Amino acid sequence: MRVSLFITCYNDALFPETGKSVVHVLERLGHTIEFPPEQTCCGQMHWNTGYLREAVPIIRHFVKVYQDAEAVVIPSSSCVSMMRDHYVKAAEMDGDAKLVADVEALLPRIFEFSEFLVRKLGVEDVGASYPHKVTYHASCHSMRSLHLGDIPIRLLKNVRGLDLQPIQNIQECCGFGGTFSIKNADVSSAMLADKVRSVLNTGAEICTAVDNSCLMHLYGSLHRQRTFVKTAHLAEILASGHVGAHL
Amino acid sequence: MREVQVSEVPVQHTRWNTHDFPDAAKVLLEDSQTRKNVQHATNVIQGKRNKVTAELPDWEDLREAGAQVKAHTLRHLDYYLTKFEENCTRAGGHVHWASDADEANRIILGLVRSHGAKEVIKIKTMTSEEIGLNATLEANGVWPVETDLAELIIQLGKDRPSHFVVPALHKNKEQIREIFQREMNLPDLGDQPIDLATAARTYLREKYMRIKVAISGGNFLIADTGGMCIVESEGNGRMCLTLPDVLISVVGIEKVIPSFRDLDILLQTLPRSATGERMNPYNSTWTGVHPGDGPKEFHVVLLDNGRSPILADKEARQTLQCIRCAACLNACPVYHQTGGHAYESVYAGPIGAILTPQLHSMGEGRSLPYASSLCGACYEVCPVKINIPEVLIHLRGKIVREDQATLAGKFSLWNIGMQAAAFLFKDAGRLSMAEHLGQIGQKALVSKNGFIEWMPGMLSGWTQTRDLKAMPEQSFRDWWAKERAPQDKEDAHG
Repeated sequence: MRVSLFITCYNDALFPETGKSVVHVLERLGHTIEFPPEQTCCGQMHWNTGYLREAVPIIRHFVKVYQDAEAVVIPSSSCVSMMRDHYVKAAEMDGDAKLVADVEALLPRIFEFSEFLVRKLGVEDVGASYPHKVTYHASCHSMRSLHLGDIPIRLLKNVRGLDLQPIQNIQECCGFGGTFSIKNADVSSAMLADKVRSVLNTGAEICTAVDNSCLMHLYGSLHRQRTFVKTAHLAEILASGHVGAHL
Repeated sequence: MREVQVSEVPVQHTRWNTHDFPDAAKVLLEDSQTRKNVQHATNVIQGKRNKVTAELPDWEDLREAGAQVKAHTLRHLDYYLTKFEENCTRAGGHVHWASDADEANRIILGLVRSHGAKEVIKIKTMTSEEIGLNATLEANGVWPVETDLAELIIQLGKDRPSHFVVPALHKNKEQIREIFQREMNLPDLGDQPIDLATAARTYLREKYMRIKVAISGGNFLIADTGGMCIVESEGNGRMCLTLPDVLISVVGIEKVIPSFRDLDILLQTLPRSATGERMNPYNSTWTGVHPGDGPKEFHVVLLDNGRSPILADKEARQTLQCIRCAACLNACPVYHQTGGHAYESVYAGPIGAILTPQLHSMGEGRSLPYASSLCGACYEVCPVKINIPEVLIHLRGKIVREDQATLAGKFSLWNIGMQAAAFLFKDAGRLSMAEHLGQIGQKALVSKNGFIEWMPGMLSGWTQTRDLKAMPEQSFRDWWAKERAPQDKEDAHG
């Protein structure tokens, strides 16, 4: 399949390794990756902060770049939820009937990375090997908007050598929430403190998720506290040390 | 009705103070006992709620049905309110219409005075908190007695409710004992639940037998019968609804439902969502008055107080579907940290964050729509499927637009930053250039360990508790352009 990668703005600037891992995993599965260089952002930061009008041109740009894609794969559930939950509404708010139609035509071809593997490709074992103790943080959008359920867990359970440790209060937000972490820094930090405690209680060396935004938030505290617990996007784990299964 | 003189009516209701949420929250976050109490109580209720909703195979259908009943009623609210008025009047009730809090207070005080009452007994009611009824009554020489145990604790402790189903959940039993010892003059009172409940019962029984006027809110107004429904846990409500001569119910206009049979849905979802019970211990429904049975006089005060403008806003109208179960408070990770007082409003938590500013036509509580990480836990549990995150974003949009219309708002750091970001995101060339500038510019902030541990201005909110990974020297798009794009070109030509 010809897969168009939308890396997302913050992964592009801050987490290029995640993008490389997505490319690696999908190419190993025999797919062709293209990276449209005109891509920028999904518009979520503007939309969620209330800059609704400002988000529309960003949305229009995204749709223009990807409208002919066979499949769009995105290593961020919150960006995908921005598209699924808000793009049609934004286009309607703008009164642009063509944009509404284009969004509706594009949405079924948009996938979060782990969802693409399991739901679209039917792959649960990508042949990875990662001999570490890992805990999985379920991001809010992956649970409540994308309803990923146990998809990431199934992928992790098929990784050779990986010791998966369940986390308590998995349903509770890490407190990031985009600009919430700045506008309500104290409450956000209190939420983060609870989540970090849950991560540490698992005894894991690595905390993973399908969103680097949560992981950036979590690692910000894990590093500040010198806990030596690291974070890694799910794609980076799935790209590790292949043993050749299913290939 | 004759005009009633009301002295010292509190000017504004609903909102208690005018701190922004982040400032009020900061104070609450430092109160470790309150946080512990709130987290414990919400975890217990949330756990019970999850258990009794999971056991119903049609729970999601019930949520959908409840949402549709409420949405339908709101689309035809004028029709159902008029129908309720007709049927209630026919059954012997009196219906009053109050456009705002002052009018509602005036009507209620007039009714209380016409019976010469110096005291009234009250069932826990959010609308009476909303209109500041107790303060009005007290200022006019009428003593309101709260009969709900938690409301009594709040009243005697001169405190404010922090949750609208369990208003005293921020207090533990030792703190409650102190209040009762002091206010009921019981120095030897024990701290076991039975000691506290017995003290409250003894205190209240005498009031029920003596006081002749009761004030309540209402869970449902039933249009096709003209009746009302109130659910509660302690039986104090049943006392107030049956023993006094006069009953006055003050109810928001959004509480009407078309038909008695709609209770079939809502009386399954409300108790499960509110207290994690399959059914409330006391479910009272009544219609009008009946000789020799219950109150001789029954009044309903239909309260608008800012609801009509919400109804007119298509995006936000779903706010009025709320049946005040408070499941969203118990599920909210922000509420878990701060409790209800940080919202400085009668209506706390996620529903309070959307309801409060709207009841004030966005004139107050403007920081509340930002008091959410948009995690969606509220929407997930809402028994009438109010998409609270969607309404939060809609209200943020209103606030941004209003702010941008002012000079200060236009030149605020937030607006300038967001406009600049929007400019960059319209074009990949600009974004890439900004990334390169960022890679160079960040050097002043990056510590030896490769992390940013301090940032200036509003960004300091991040670094007060968190480090930030520095931007790597090569972005993904630069990597792709260097390593992969030439290969793509070869493939294309190859």
